[in-house]
Amino acid sequence: MWQQLPDIKGRIFMSRIDQAFNQKKALIGFLTGGDPSIEKTIDYILEMEKAGVDLVEIGIPFSDPVAEGLVIEKANKRALEAGTTTDSLFGMVKKIREKTQIPLVFLTYMNPVFVYGAERFFKNCQESGIDGVIIPDLPFEEKEEVMELSKKYGIDRITLIAPTSQDRIVKLAKPATGFIYLVSSMGVTGVRNEINTDLEAIIKQIKKVSSVPVAVGFGISTPDQVKTIGAVSDGVIVGSAIVRIIEEHGEKADAYLYDYIKSLKDSLKETIALELS
Amino acid sequence: MRKGKYGVHGGQFIPETLMNAIIELENAYQRYKDDEQFNLELKSLLDEYAGRPSRLYFAKKMTEDLNGAKIYLKREDLNHTGSHKINNVLGQALLAKKMGKTRLIAETGAGQHGVATATAAALFGMECEIFMGKEDTDRQALNVYRMRLLGSKVNVVTSGTMTLKDAVNETFREWTKRVDDTHYVLGSVMGPHPFPEMVRDFQSVISKEIKEQILLKEGKLPDVVLACVGGGSNAMGAFYNFIDDHSVRLIGCEAAGRGIDTEQHAATLSKGTLGIFHGMKSYFCQDEYGQIAPVYSISAGLDYPGIGPEHAHLFDTKRAEYVPVTDDEAVEAFEYLSRTEGIIPAIESSHAVAHALKLVPQMKEDQIVVINISGRGDKDVAAIARYKGENIYE
Repeated sequence: MWQQLPDIKGRIFMSRIDQAFNQKKALIGFLTGGDPSIEKTIDYILEMEKAGVDLVEIGIPFSDPVAEGLVIEKANKRALEAGTTTDSLFGMVKKIREKTQIPLVFLTYMNPVFVYGAERFFKNCQESGIDGVIIPDLPFEEKEEVMELSKKYGIDRITLIAPTSQDRIVKLAKPATGFIYLVSSMGVTGVRNEINTDLEAIIKQIKKVSSVPVAVGFGISTPDQVKTIGAVSDGVIVGSAIVRIIEEHGEKADAYLYDYIKSLKDSLKETIALELS
Repeated sequence: MRKGKYGVHGGQFIPETLMNAIIELENAYQRYKDDEQFNLELKSLLDEYAGRPSRLYFAKKMTEDLNGAKIYLKREDLNHTGSHKINNVLGQALLAKKMGKTRLIAETGAGQHGVATATAAALFGMECEIFMGKEDTDRQALNVYRMRLLGSKVNVVTSGTMTLKDAVNETFREWTKRVDDTHYVLGSVMGPHPFPEMVRDFQSVISKEIKEQILLKEGKLPDVVLACVGGGSNAMGAFYNFIDDHSVRLIGCEAAGRGIDTEQHAATLSKGTLGIFHGMKSYFCQDEYGQIAPVYSISAGLDYPGIGPEHAHLFDTKRAEYVPVTDDEAVEAFEYLSRTEGIIPAIESSHAVAHALKLVPQMKEDQIVVINISGRGDKDVAAIARYKGENIYE
């Protein structure tokens, strides 16, 4: 939800996204919806939750995912070839909601939202049980396209902040809701050996103006990276590495995903233990 | 109207990672566009290096043959590097230099924009990388070699439909990776603001010259200006200074490929719908879920599923008309102009010539049509031969 106001009895309402970050560092997993099929995406989301994922980002496949590296781009293609549509994903989310309350966020480019009809899109997000949307090609300057609608239907529009944001950080962070997606490094999504951005400095700047949790994504794949980045942020986002497991194992990725997510989660828990000690 | 908006079209729909680079470019362009020194340097480059002004040639034989309006050809094909693309590239490369950038990157379809960018990079001593779809490197092999000869790296794009759209995707991805020293020389009047405005300004030299030249030769404005449209840069350049002259009909010729009733075309305004892609709101060939359609044209330069936002606005307000032209019609016009005037036009420009073949006979003798010959057809000869079932060495 986009606002935290006490209810009539003075209780603070906590959205599903808030809960993902409540008293813990969030492990956020990304996969492309419909890769390799809608049914398997449901299984994989439940499996990742079992292994300790706190929030799942579901990519709506797009013909031209300009912010993605090769791994996720290929997943987009596979999902589209399997016949995935925005409507079939809304149907999928409804089914997932029958089984779990894990926070779910859509990652989509602007065109699928716009052409579907922004109002219809956000209404369906609310009705199916989506908590937030990330739209990488909708910068602050163009937010009017969806701002009122996301508020009307109570869907958090996740703010992206990049290593190049610099003087824009305050402007971007102030109105942020849900969580802030801090892009770890320049370029597109994909596994990286090294992340050289001074994330701590950027997070400090954000924290001065916003109490919204900051999760770091792009290029994170190993338990060590999760530990290091988890130490300075409120959450870590892992995408391409998950998608690669699905690419490799197709319909039979359940156990591999479980093991992988578990290893990241354990590593993130160590971070917390270190901070407490 | 908000900056960078053309009616409902335009805008800056790009990732946050690129926003500061785009703002830096916007500021630099504002700073230099009216700067006397910058414009003197650019004019000198256009005149001395690119060979401007380009000729406005009276096509006497074609006029006699079609027996309608008088036909003038705006000879952008005679520019250095063989097309109108150099007008924009010299402007952007000079701006990039002023901004302290040392590396240029660009997408290319037919290869003309890539060759122009590689040329400017050589001239300015800048590093250069060009992104080109595999379909296009195959059908425009000659231009690939020219770019390499000029010292550029050519990256073959194998994602998506492997054509111009995918080359644009890949160049944006590359820019996201490296913005500090790199300027993206976008080749058409598309993409996020300030590109549509900046590219249009650099290309508007075409209509500025047409106006001066036709007033000198005929003492009046033309009745029709014809140009081909993919992204729309040569058309925008040829239209721009006539937009307020309401007596001048502006007609853009889109690539209808195998026909707009088939799935194989790139006729954005005939068949497209409103969308948001490649940094702009405009019309796109796409499906009901906003998936960008695989488009097709014999012409690699028009093989693009979108159109610049200012064209979309001229279309909405009916100030310009847009007509579809098929592969067959374009090839016929390609041969016609070669045979009739001894001028081999680019297959892109041939789309505009093709519409003239239909339109001119219906017009009156005292009327004037200007066709923008946006590029020369040397690059297309081998592909056209193949189209006609003949195999020749390039």
